[in-house]
Amino acid sequence: MLLEIENLKLLYGRIEALHGISLHVDQGEIVALIGANGAGKTTTMKAISGLHAISGGSIRFDGTDVSRLRADLRVIRGIGQSPEGRGVFPGMTVLENLEMGAYTRRDKADIAKDLAMVFELFPRLAERRKQAGGTLSGGEQQMLAVGRALMTRPKLLLLDEPSMGLAPKLIQQIFEIITRINEQGTTILLVEQNAQQALSRAHRGYVLETGRIVKEGTGQELLHDPAVKEAYLGVA
Amino acid sequence: MDFAELVRGFPELTTTGLVQGAIYALIALGYTLVYGVLRLINFAHSEVFMIGTFGAIWTWAVFGLDSNSGAPSVPKALLLIALAIVAAALLSGSVALLIEVTAYRPLRRRNAPPLAFLITAIGASYALMELMGTLTQRRQVGAPALLPTKTVISIGGWSITPVQLLTLVVAVLMMVGLDWFVNKTRFGKGIRAVAQDANTAALMGVNKSRVIALVFVLGGLMAGVAAVFSDMKSGNTRYNIGFLLGLKAFSAAVLGGIGNLRGAAIGGLLLGLVENYGSALFGSQWRDLIAFVVLIVLLMFRPTGLLGESLGRARA
Ligand SMILES: Nc1ncnc2c1ncn2[C@@H]1O[C@H](COP(=O)(O)OP(=O)(O)OP(=O)(O)O)[C@@H](O)[C@H]1O
Ligand SMILES: [Mg+2]
Repeated sequence: MLLEIENLKLLYGRIEALHGISLHVDQGEIVALIGANGAGKTTTMKAISGLHAISGGSIRFDGTDVSRLRADLRVIRGIGQSPEGRGVFPGMTVLENLEMGAYTRRDKADIAKDLAMVFELFPRLAERRKQAGGTLSGGEQQMLAVGRALMTRPKLLLLDEPSMGLAPKLIQQIFEIITRINEQGTTILLVEQNAQQALSRAHRGYVLETGRIVKEGTGQELLHDPAVKEAYLGVA
Repeated sequence: MDFAELVRGFPELTTTGLVQGAIYALIALGYTLVYGVLRLINFAHSEVFMIGTFGAIWTWAVFGLDSNSGAPSVPKALLLIALAIVAAALLSGSVALLIEVTAYRPLRRRNAPPLAFLITAIGASYALMELMGTLTQRRQVGAPALLPTKTVISIGGWSITPVQLLTLVVAVLMMVGLDWFVNKTRFGKGIRAVAQDANTAALMGVNKSRVIALVFVLGGLMAGVAAVFSDMKSGNTRYNIGFLLGLKAFSAAVLGGIGNLRGAAIGGLLLGLVENYGSALFGSQWRDLIAFVVLIVLLMFRPTGLLGESLGRARA
């Protein structure tokens, strides 16, 4: 198991946002985490990447307990993230943003290789490498955020709503790229509003409701689950 | 208003204004660096500078020089100045780091509100000032005259002394060096990343605490260099020298656009010049008033300062 979360609890001030969730991600999987607005998807991501301290439970990654590890050290362990809202550095160029992804890495040759790989996945970024991140379109920023997370060369890639704000054609494209990244060997935990796409591409999925996991199964099982269909797929 | 005075003195006013401005600018960089990363106005920075002015004088004292000593040979003087720059920069850098580690870091750990930081900054500033006041019996301490005061370069009505020339050269080198460091090096990228989006920077593996420590040290180094030239310019220092100079340097940082490195440099130089021209025009008793009137008026028209924006966005 690459990632194993047990009974995870998280407090915002005095309000508990996660009430003890358990989930796991195996090596090589795409796992989708779906749920309504405010369910706690982004909060789960923050707990995994270490941006917010947890108040209970444990997070094990790649064989060790990382529950209390600083966020920047978790990146070195192999947890990469494209955060909600993209988090593009507005005053840095596209290239500098991508270089930030490789901040902890010293292997120049491998960095160059990964950069070429990101430019191959997202040719648009190559064209705009000198442009300031803040002036990119929303879709371009999304590509940059995903590409930058790949530059950390993660064992586990956390994607928080990578399709948010994208045109339908681009949504299709970004999901294809996610599948490709996975096929090239990166394990992915995918948070999505677009449950249809996410579940059809994921090996497994979890449904989060107000800070609790209420359902889990393979992507196909969840896609055909009547309750999931009604609540998240817009099918009556 | 004395326009004749302004016109007659213009070349010299420009030189002395730039020299004073360079000192403001070096100090202003420290305010702007810390603000860029923490959105904190580090009021204790004025005392980081003040302690540097003593650091330089103590260094010279170690070599047996005080305000009554005769001028050493020029090579020896340059060596002594270089030593003082290193010593003062290290001392100021250390004091800045100490303030961060003992005063601000514990507050961050506790998620303290911004007001707590502000009060702490003012408290730290006052404590350091009183500490140095007590250590020096609140006396003015003289600096040795190291370089000859005769002019080295004179073109037409314009002339410059060795100290002035050295101040400008070193200040420009420091500013260019800092600009290069922040924009081109890996650590510099880390600083800009934290300034632009601290959470995302952490997701890139940037150690925020280390970046914060680094900006305090960098600001301290700059203030230490400014301190040496302040000593040489005015010939003395005092435990409360940081108060007005710090306030003006802070104004310079705001003038240029706080959080913006190049803004701090430009704001400092501009403030030095305007102050000088203004005091020729209205009389030197108005000097300190002019600086703040300019600041207030400018902020009315450009609330984010001349260059505006934040540290990381300086290049966009
Ligand atoms: N910093 C915070 N302080 C207090 N409450 C917060 C904070 N961040 C999130 N919350 C609350 O925690 C709950 C979960 O939020 P979260 O951002 O994880 O939702 P989400 O599932 O990602 O939703 P969305 O699909 O809208 O992105 C929400 O009720 C939200 O209001
Ligand atoms: Mg979210």
